[in-house]
Amino acid sequence: MTEMRTPLRPLARVLGAREAGENPDWIERENIRKRHEVMRDKARHMAEGRLLVLGLFFLAGFVVIGAQMTLLAVSEPTEPRTTATTTQIVAQRADIVDRQGRVLATNFDTHSLYAHPKDLVDPAGAVAALIEIFPDLDGDRLLADFTGDRKFLWIKRKISPEQKQAVHDIGDPGLLFGPREMRLYPNGPIAAHVLGGASFGKEGVSSAEVIGTAGVEKHFDEYLRDPANNGAPLQLSLDLSVQAATERVLDGGMRLLNAKGAASVLMDVYTGEVVSLVSLPDFDPNDRPQPLVQGDQSDSPLFNRALQGVYELGSAFKIFTAAQAVELGLVTPESQVDTQGPLRWGKFTIGEFQGKNYGPTLSVTRVIEKSSNVGTARLAQQIGAERQKEFMRQLGFLEPTALEMVEAAGAKPLYPSKWTELSTMTISYGHGISTSPVHLAAGYATLLNGGRKVTPTLLKQGRARLGEQVVSPEVSKASRAMLRRVVTEGTASFGDVLGYAVGGKTGTADKPRPNGGYYDDKTLTTFASVFPAHDPKYVLVVTLDEPLETSSNEPRRSAGWTAVPVAAEVIRRVAPLLGLRPEIEPVEVQGITLTSSE
Amino acid sequence: MKSFLYSLAALVVMGLAFWAYSENYRTQESIATVEKLHRDIASAQARVAVLKAEWAYLNRPDRLRDLAEMNFTRLELLPLAPEQFGAIDQIGFPSNELPITQPIEVMERGE
Repeated sequence: MTEMRTPLRPLARVLGAREAGENPDWIERENIRKRHEVMRDKARHMAEGRLLVLGLFFLAGFVVIGAQMTLLAVSEPTEPRTTATTTQIVAQRADIVDRQGRVLATNFDTHSLYAHPKDLVDPAGAVAALIEIFPDLDGDRLLADFTGDRKFLWIKRKISPEQKQAVHDIGDPGLLFGPREMRLYPNGPIAAHVLGGASFGKEGVSSAEVIGTAGVEKHFDEYLRDPANNGAPLQLSLDLSVQAATERVLDGGMRLLNAKGAASVLMDVYTGEVVSLVSLPDFDPNDRPQPLVQGDQSDSPLFNRALQGVYELGSAFKIFTAAQAVELGLVTPESQVDTQGPLRWGKFTIGEFQGKNYGPTLSVTRVIEKSSNVGTARLAQQIGAERQKEFMRQLGFLEPTALEMVEAAGAKPLYPSKWTELSTMTISYGHGISTSPVHLAAGYATLLNGGRKVTPTLLKQGRARLGEQVVSPEVSKASRAMLRRVVTEGTASFGDVLGYAVGGKTGTADKPRPNGGYYDDKTLTTFASVFPAHDPKYVLVVTLDEPLETSSNEPRRSAGWTAVPVAAEVIRRVAPLLGLRPEIEPVEVQGITLTSSE
Repeated sequence: MKSFLYSLAALVVMGLAFWAYSENYRTQESIATVEKLHRDIASAQARVAVLKAEWAYLNRPDRLRDLAEMNFTRLELLPLAPEQFGAIDQIGFPSNELPITQPIEVMERGE
């Protein structure tokens, strides 16, 4: 405070005022007013100064932020150069490997060839040189394109390094290359149906999308292309050497038996892992053929008979009827069943294969062993439609399989919408219900692994994935014993492989005509087997389409003569590869005690 | 005293400037090395991918089978069969008797 503080009641002025007869309080009031004015002015000045400083701060802030934003907007984006992490150059699409890590599908860097016709120095010469390198090109059309109005033209999608060098040597600046990642299936047609195939999606000059077109490639398309997986391969449950051996044996069997197609499914009974899935004829996924434009799609090599083909698989279903009858306590494996044929139901007659008659009675085990339609139908009558349908649902025969292939959802089983008593009887021996071989394998695995539900899968599993209990372990064991008897005593005698205790059931179904009824001379034969029967590890289903065995004068089309020997050879070749050592089957003690106690 | 402190501060600033300058250049050099290494890793990975594909292609079961058949006279390779599993007592172990039972004096040979 520079000026002297003025007293509120200066004595001189107060005395003067008193003398003049004025109120001296006025002087005090005036002085108070003046003092307040000074205080107000000072406060205002200070507040203004603070506002100015604050404004300057804000201005500086805005200028800094604005300048930074401008800088960011105008600068070119660059990758951080100093990241410490190891930058992985990940391929566009992850590899697919088998259960032992062997490559089933990988990528290969190739080049595409395109042209900028405006930049071509000598279009005619370039066309002539290109024709020499790629004889499949259409020279006239190429020349028309090169000399026309086009500014850009694809010539080849994929070229090899040699071809690239040859085109490079033409030396025309209008011919250009772009990088292309190509899907490669090094094993050729092995596991073709499972893998499916891949093709280019959106294409640019500098890169092209590789997308799956079928099989696991399409089912796992997003997973395979997800950069978050950092190139980790997709591991399938397939085993390459088992798959190759199965395809080889099946191909030989198909040729020997004059079949037009064959399929097989090999499945782990506890995990549901599909170890091999074969459908013949097959194709090379590196050069996937076009789908048929006319005729039956099931004749195309692209058709997966093991998964997409839904067939009446015949007598292989009988074991389910027998197992259910035992599970429900209606019979025991030793109970006698009326097998006097033929069985008449309304205007329908159920007879035996080749008009045989197994009457008057057979035990349940012998019904399965002999494959008696009449005996199985009688068991089904006891079970009834409701319970049979529920059992078929539990075994997964009424739904498409959950296999991780894009085709799986389309393979819906066919069964009568009205499950009548007659349907019950025919379904008991596998007619009137059409399922795929994968369904059958999963059903066998569920029935024979101790009765726990198995879901088929194509992905390698670390441990057993067992679902609900469908049948009791005792019934499962009895079913295995019955299936073993079919091989040792019954219709599948060619199916025995020394040391592997194969158990299984044959199925011979006449093929349905497209316009109703059945062919007399076309069959679909199936052998559904489990090995080893006393300690089940794998289920194998082999199916042959229209086989004909011609070693004798009489042509044979039954499963026992066709599918069974092929399946036996598959097991002989494949079981050692799966690490199963041949072992001596334990003597069936249980059977002896049971019969002696009766 | 004051002028001495001023000149000392100036010298320190100059020294720090030189240090920062050289550090900057060393950093640039390291970044360039790292970038080159990344490029090398990328090309090595690409090479490994090609080699893996080639390995898978050369080891495809069809080719191995054909090779085994072509060289059958020399190699006599057959598919794995159940008969080839053996028991441990089928292996011809050497007998327990040692071929040399008498002690041999080696001291006098100067060993």
